[in-house]
Amino acid sequence: MNRTEVLESIVSGQLKAATDLPALKIGDTIDVHYRIVEGDKERVQIFQGVLIAMKGRGINRMITVRRIVANEGVERIFPLNSPRIAKIDVIRHADTRRAKLYYLRDRTGKSRRLRDERRGATAKPVAKAASAKPRTKKVAKSGAAS
Amino acid sequence: MPATKKSQTILGKKIGMTRWFTEEGKNIPVTVIQAGPCRVTQVKTVESDGYAAVQLAFDELKARNSTQPVIGHDLKAGTETYRVHREVRCDNDAESGAFELGQTVDLSILEGVKFVDVIGTSKGKGFQGGMVRHGFKGFTASHGTERKHRAPGSIGSHGTDRGHGAKIKKGKKMAGHMGDERVTMRSLDIVSIDLTKNMLVVKGAVPGATNGDLIIRAATRLWKPKARIQAKG
Repeated sequence: MNRTEVLESIVSGQLKAATDLPALKIGDTIDVHYRIVEGDKERVQIFQGVLIAMKGRGINRMITVRRIVANEGVERIFPLNSPRIAKIDVIRHADTRRAKLYYLRDRTGKSRRLRDERRGATAKPVAKAASAKPRTKKVAKSGAAS
Repeated sequence: MPATKKSQTILGKKIGMTRWFTEEGKNIPVTVIQAGPCRVTQVKTVESDGYAAVQLAFDELKARNSTQPVIGHDLKAGTETYRVHREVRCDNDAESGAFELGQTVDLSILEGVKFVDVIGTSKGKGFQGGMVRHGFKGFTASHGTERKHRAPGSIGSHGTDRGHGAKIKKGKKMAGHMGDERVTMRSLDIVSIDLTKNMLVVKGAVPGATNGDLIIRAATRLWKPKARIQAKG
């Protein structure tokens, strides 16, 4: 075993099983259920936002989630394998062409939104994600442009 | 839990750093160290050598890559040839006498130990100026400073410096070679021990580059909060 393999084998017990987390894709709108310990009490905070970046491998896997709070962009970086992440729910898939959606930082208004994943069986939003917003219109528009 | 012994020492090699999630979900930086298995190649007693000690050997080597004296020395203990030999001082003959020639020492020797000192050779930094080597502040970038922005400043005054004559004090902090010296990191928390893989995980960094040789011993000086944890066992 080389050095990297040894390191990986040492922390392998700390990795989350594939079944613990949903398959995440860049552009997904996700709910991160994050455990917060206050004194001896523990509560779960949900951070909902767009998954704009995934970095690192193995135990160092990080996800960057961006959301807009009070008209101000907020990004949080979570270690995917942290035991403090109780759960991750995928709310909506989006169609993206980039691995890192840093360009969303410069967008405002409607252009901030991402296209829904097009066509096919997976086009249906995951849970109850049928958005009330005129998302269909957006799809049509961008489809025409391409 | 009894007090730790000097002979609770093992030789190792730095594998590298990674992260570790504690039970509370805290994310801590850790260093993975391959510790042992070592062999005892010499046992010193007060009678034979004037002091009590155990010599440990680590990192097996092909005999043809070693030298005759080392091969012979290790053969005396009935072991294969090893690359690293380090002596561990013991308090008395009883402590060193507990070891036998050729005995294997692995991480189980650290049983019950919560904190370790890790000794290694720091990375060499070459010839460094006072600012890097000793943290001098240097001078301002402007306000009339010319060609002295990173200079060490005065290193002593004229010959009336009582007791020191007109010479610069010995040990005066100046520019010079930095790093590549023995460094001890004291009282690092043991995060995990893997006896089958001979891997020790400690919190924080340890001196030297990856694959650097290390000596790991039970911590010798603990500050009170850590001493309390160690005493609780």
